[in-house]
Amino acid sequence: MRPIIKSEAPSVDAQSLTKVYGRGNTEVVAMREVSFQVQRGEVVALVGPSGAGKSTLLTAIGLINPPTSGRITISGCPVMSGPRPLVDIRAFRRKHLGFVFQKANLIPFLSALENVQVALEINDAPSRKARKRAMELLDYLGVANRSGNPPSMLSGGEQQRVAVARALANNPSLILADEPTAALDSHRGRQVMELFRMVAHEQKAGVIVVTHDHRALNVFDRIFEMEDGLLKPSFFSSIRTFDGLTSL
Amino acid sequence: MNLAIRDVRHKLSRFLLTAAGIGLLLMIVMGMAGIYQGLSEDALSFLERTKADLWIVQRGTRGPFAEISRIPWNVEDRAYAVTGVATARAFVSHTIQREYQGKPLRIVVQGLAWPMDDGSELPLIAGRALGQAHYEMLADRTLGLRLNDCIPLGKDVYTVVGITAGMAGPSGDGMAFFTIPDSIAIQYDTPGEAVRLEREARRSRLEKQDLGNVQPILLERAAGPSSELPALGTQNVSAIMVNVAPGADPARVAKIISAWSDVTVYPNDVQRELMLNSIERNRKQLGMFRTLLVIISAIIMALILYTLTLDKIHDIAMLKLMGARNRVVVGLILQQALLLGALGYGLAYCMGLWVFPFFPRRVAITSENLLQLAFVVLAISILSSLLGIWKAMSVQPNEILS
Repeated sequence: MRPIIKSEAPSVDAQSLTKVYGRGNTEVVAMREVSFQVQRGEVVALVGPSGAGKSTLLTAIGLINPPTSGRITISGCPVMSGPRPLVDIRAFRRKHLGFVFQKANLIPFLSALENVQVALEINDAPSRKARKRAMELLDYLGVANRSGNPPSMLSGGEQQRVAVARALANNPSLILADEPTAALDSHRGRQVMELFRMVAHEQKAGVIVVTHDHRALNVFDRIFEMEDGLLKPSFFSSIRTFDGLTSL
Repeated sequence: MNLAIRDVRHKLSRFLLTAAGIGLLLMIVMGMAGIYQGLSEDALSFLERTKADLWIVQRGTRGPFAEISRIPWNVEDRAYAVTGVATARAFVSHTIQREYQGKPLRIVVQGLAWPMDDGSELPLIAGRALGQAHYEMLADRTLGLRLNDCIPLGKDVYTVVGITAGMAGPSGDGMAFFTIPDSIAIQYDTPGEAVRLEREARRSRLEKQDLGNVQPILLERAAGPSSELPALGTQNVSAIMVNVAPGADPARVAKIISAWSDVTVYPNDVQRELMLNSIERNRKQLGMFRTLLVIISAIIMALILYTLTLDKIHDIAMLKLMGARNRVVVGLILQQALLLGALGYGLAYCMGLWVFPFFPRRVAITSENLLQLAFVVLAISILSSLLGIWKAMSVQPNEILS
């Protein structure tokens, strides 16, 4: 059955997500009863110390690492109920999710353009259309002039822009980014964060960014902090409130 | 977008080197088949050109090719007397080794029933057929002789008047064609001193016998060549080739001749089988080597493809994370396996064309063998990709995070 996507529904609605690794004496609860929503066009940061469960939450929502219990609904479509997928998760990822990581993870044997094009072709876009759309995205992200270059010839910032273009290729309703600026200097890091804000607002996609980079927190609409597997509003959110941009 | 081609292009030199290695292995596999084919063609080359219906050989032997056969030359006349026989031709075959221009020269000497057989049916690539009863020869080009070369064999010197192509014995030695008397002279050549001693001994034996006393002229001739002594010496040939008259039944003619107690008669197809049986062990030997090499090639290809897959494991995880279907990932590995196999096969063929002519024995590459090897390469390409495909299938998208 094809998943039914509702365009007015939140990008993601996570309810009571819990993830437990191991059993008995070796049991580790990485995430406890986490519930939250991200609206379309909203950019949300997840901050917190290492081992707090940020990546566990991100991979659970990204349908890479299923939760032990809880429910995930993406764009109004229930996709996970506990560890049980309710849809073809690979096909769902292909059509509705975009990923960006600390490393750009571009495929080294493809050019910048082809790295974006392949995401479209995997989703059954005809080659010529995919090429045109990939070029438009690279242009949109300001790296069209490097379209023919392999990843090894791009700077870190350019690689990350291509990775963002790839994540945007199939007009996903949710973009998940795991420390996308960790390998970049502060200027480029901020540029990438602002890029997320721009694409979230223009493409009407929800964006969740796991970050340690406090210098660029004021670009986020909301900021959550994770600690010991629990999600709570971040201290930084109040700083944002003073800026008058948004509040948790 | 073809990911396999793009990956190959990215690591082109490494891929080409790998393909060259596979190509060398496949060239040896191809060569093994070619060597057997060459053995077989060499063995049958003369047999197929003679177009004899029946071969009369020494009783109980499998001659004249698979085993030595000696029968009196006059069996030719006896064969002529059989109803239904159109022609009967004596045939001599033996191998000699002589030194020529400081190098050993192994020759399969074939005697032709000149003038009926002058060698004009042989594949002559230069010169002409035998034009006289003595002292001329046709040589296969593998012997390295040239037209008008004069080759001393025995006590006579033979002039090369024609060069043939593709005429070699089952051992791979090149053939040379002479008239039957010349080939017998070459076969039974003995040093002059040995001849003188034998003639003296023959005379002394005759003097002690009644035959020598009552036939004094025989005593005088005992000092001459033994071939001129019908009562004492007889000339042997290797076989008699018989062709039956149009409309005659070869089986019936064979039945009549096989009733003679001193000879055995073989139809041409049986002679062909005897020839092939004589190289059967070589065929099995080469076949075993070939099988081993195919297995080794498959294992090497599997390891190479597995390594190529391991190199891409991160990229495969990324493709899976993006939601790529299994067929995209399988296609990436399988297409590279097929490309490697096809490239290796092509290189094997090209290198073989270049290298095989330098082999001391004929390496005959037939379309049938090429097609057979192509299927084998296709099969091992698919089989060897399974290990890499299994590895790729077991990759989880979350490995991109590690």
